[in-house]
Formats: sequence, structure tokens, C-alpha cells
Amino acid sequence: MKLAVREALLGFKRAPVLSVLSITTIAFSLFAFGLFSLVALNIRNTLRSVESRVEIRAFIADSTSPESIALAMGDVGAYKEVARVEYVSPEQALERARKELGEFKDVFEAGFLPASIDIRLRDGYRDPATVKQIAERVKQLAMVEDVRFGEEWVQKLYSIRNVATAAGIILGLAFAAVSIIVIGATIRMAVMARSREISIMRLVGATDGFIQRPFLIEGFVKGVLGGAMALLLTWLAATLISRYFIRTEFFDLRLAMLGLLGGAVIGVVGSAVSVGRQIRRVL
Amino acid sequence: MIRFASVTKEYPRTGVALNDVSFAVNKGEFIFLTGPSGAGKSTILKLIYFDELPTKGDVWVSGTRSKGVTRKEISLLRRKLGVVFQDFRLLEDRTVEQNVSFALDVIGTPHEKIHPKVSRLLTQVGLSSKSTNYPRELSGGEQQRVAIARALANDPFVLVADEPTGNLDERATRGVFQLLRDINAAGTAVVMATHNLELVKRADLRVLEINRGAVVFDSADEKRRAPEMTP
Repeated sequence: MKLAVREALLGFKRAPVLSVLSITTIAFSLFAFGLFSLVALNIRNTLRSVESRVEIRAFIADSTSPESIALAMGDVGAYKEVARVEYVSPEQALERARKELGEFKDVFEAGFLPASIDIRLRDGYRDPATVKQIAERVKQLAMVEDVRFGEEWVQKLYSIRNVATAAGIILGLAFAAVSIIVIGATIRMAVMARSREISIMRLVGATDGFIQRPFLIEGFVKGVLGGAMALLLTWLAATLISRYFIRTEFFDLRLAMLGLLGGAVIGVVGSAVSVGRQIRRVL
Repeated sequence: MIRFASVTKEYPRTGVALNDVSFAVNKGEFIFLTGPSGAGKSTILKLIYFDELPTKGDVWVSGTRSKGVTRKEISLLRRKLGVVFQDFRLLEDRTVEQNVSFALDVIGTPHEKIHPKVSRLLTQVGLSSKSTNYPRELSGGEQQRVAIARALANDPFVLVADEPTGNLDERATRGVFQLLRDINAAGTAVVMATHNLELVKRADLRVLEINRGAVVFDSADEKRRAPEMTP
């Protein structure tokens, strides 16, 4: 193992330009991926905060007694999907309408708006299907005259998010493939440059695994270094965007580690794919 | 120990290199392979260290059979034999000592065992004073001695030598050949391909003459037959 590490480090020393080139390529591939992830992450966070505002509003018939309203609220509040139930009296509704639509505040009169119960759903139950289903259930209650839940709005939110996720995955895979190809090519050159040494290793009885190990370690180290460089670049980009455009959230530690791991995986896979084939070609 | 059983070797581009060759090398034997260039000597040697596999027939080397052999088995077999070439095949960026220890290093020999072993090998080939020199600072004969030391690193049962003196002057040739004989005297078999008929004539050793991919003469057969012919 010690020899393998030494050989791997020697690999950097022997071909510094090539090494820097492959690390930089990994870094830029992951940087592009990282930028996209950053966008996806921030879209997702925004969506989540918008999403948490998704509510179902059930309008209540005027004649309903406060007792039956309280009872109904207890029932609805007990649904496992429901986070919070809130009663909004006609006066409160008026107040809210006046606040939200300031320029029309004189249009509204007391008693103009019906009372309602506002239902907020738990995290994980805010997808269009569940929202619709809960709304239907609430509508079944006798006192409820009508239900609003912004169906279209919810659906639109979700399709944006799905497109963002799909695009992220596709781009991510494309960039990972590019990185793997680049690493494979540099390993190929490294194997060629050392073909004499490798043929002597084979001649004196070194196993393929032994011969491959330094290249895999080299790929791993390059991947991690490339990942770290990409993280740094992404962080710089996030900081600049935050300062000059909009507030941007950066990856948390777990995601950052995942980035490094991604680099390592790309490095090792790229090396492994190439080195086996190249070694068999040498001898 | 080494056995060729009806071995035919065909290369995709150049055609038949060996045609139905059978012979055996016994334990501790010294055997010359002679014959014109392109006769198939190198092919026989490559088949011995499994650099090539037969198209037809079977090669057995120390219990390993060519049919169905894996790369891993080839690696393990090569630890039991040593190979030297006309062009030495040393690593130019490493010292004499490092070239020899490399062979031990890459098969996972424990570190503390490498240094004493390398010193012993370099003493054996008469190069202990040049251990820190680089190959380019040595004469051809000395470089071949380094290659021989490397080939001996794993205590092989056979040393396979492809024209080991082909690039050497007469003096160096004699030195290297004497070294090979000493190694053989210590129990290691030697299979040596050579053009140098002087060398072959002077030494009274088994000769296998190859021509156009076939064994045309085996001195062992002559010897076996000779007593029968005398009345």
C-alpha cells in the first residue's frame, strides 16, 4: 500500500502539467454541476417557503353555530395531513382584505365576506393530489359552502420543481460523464508514459490489481482535489451572487461533503474504466 | 518442469511461427536455443513465460498449464521464473539498486527483506560497488548483469534469456555467459536463445536448433541414440 501511494504521488511529480489539467477539468465540470445544484437548491428552498403557505380555505354558511364550527375544526384538525386549523371570522376576513387590497378598502363592508376555516397542511402533504383530496373531504362537511385551494397554483409550483430537478439530474450526469472521460484520457496517457515500467512489473510477476492501484489512488486524489476546487469556485460564485444580485444559500456541510465524494467517485471510476483496458494493451 | 506438447503458434498478421513443437526442459538443465532470425526462438521463450499462449497444443511450466490460464496465474508463475533480454530493459530513472529492488517491491516483499536480498544479488553478479549508479553510467555487460540480478530476485527455478549477449562485445559476452553458468551450477535451469555459435560450440550443453518454426535438432536425442548405434 505504501508503495502504491508513493507511486501515485510520483505520478503527480512526473506529469505535473497533465495532473493540474485533469484536476482543473474535474473542478470545472463539478463547478458547472455545482452552480446548477446551487440554482436547484435555491429554487427548492424558495418553493418550500411558498409551498408552506399553501392553504385550503373552507367558507362557512352564515347560519352555522359556533359550537358546530368548533366541532368541525376539531375533526379537521385531527386529520393526519393537517398541521393547523384557524377560524377566520367575517370581521377578520374584512380586516385582511382591506390590508391586502388597500386601494379598494372602502368597497368592503362588514358582512360582505363569509367566515372561513383556514387549513394548513403538514410538510410532505402539500402535493397537488393530497391538497385536492383534503379539500374534497372538507367540502363534504354540511356547514361548508365552498372550498378554495388554488389548485392551479399548486400544480404549477410542482411542475417547475420537477423540471428543475430533472434538468439538474441530466446536466449532472452529463458533466460527470465528461469528467470521467477526461480522467480516463489522462490515465491513458499516464499508462502510456509508464508502459515500460508496467511491462517490467508484469514481467516480474506483479498482479494487475497491484499495477492498477497507484492509478486508482491518483484518480481518487485528483477527484477529491477537483471537488474541493469546485466547491471553492461555487462558494465564490454564491458569495458574489449574494452580494450583487439576490441572497443565495450555499450548500450545508453534508452537501459539500457529497460534492467531494462525487469528485472522488468520478476520479476513481474514470481511472478504473481506463486503467484496466490500458494495462491489458501494454502487455 | 517445462513441457511443450505439440505446440503451434500462429500470429494473426505474420502467420505460423511455431509448428507442432514438442520438447521438455528438465530441472536444473542448461539449454541453448539456436537457429536463424525469425526461426521461432523468441516465440518459444515467450510461450515459456506466458507472454504468448499457444494457438494449438499445450505448454506446461512448473505445473501451470497454458490452456485456460488466468492473468493472475500468469503473474504468480512469473514470480517463479526470471527473464532477461538482449536490450536489458532497465528503468533509466532508477539506480542499479532500485532496479533490482523494484522486482521485489512490486510483488509485495516485506521491506526489511529487500535491502539484504538486493545486496546479496548485486554481490553475486559482481556489481556491489555500482549499486548507486544509473544504468546509463554502466557498460553493456554491467547492465545485463543488473538485469540478471533482477531476474534472480525471486529465486526462480528457471532463467529465460533471449539473446542475452546479443549487444555485448566478446569480453562481456564471456563474462555474462560465465555468470549464467554459475547460476545454473547453483541449481537454476537456464533456457538461452542465442546466435553465438562459438559460445554454443565451446560449451558442452544441450542444444535445441529451431528452423522455420520447428525443432530440427535436439542434442539430447543424439546422445540418447548414440549409445545404441555403437555395437
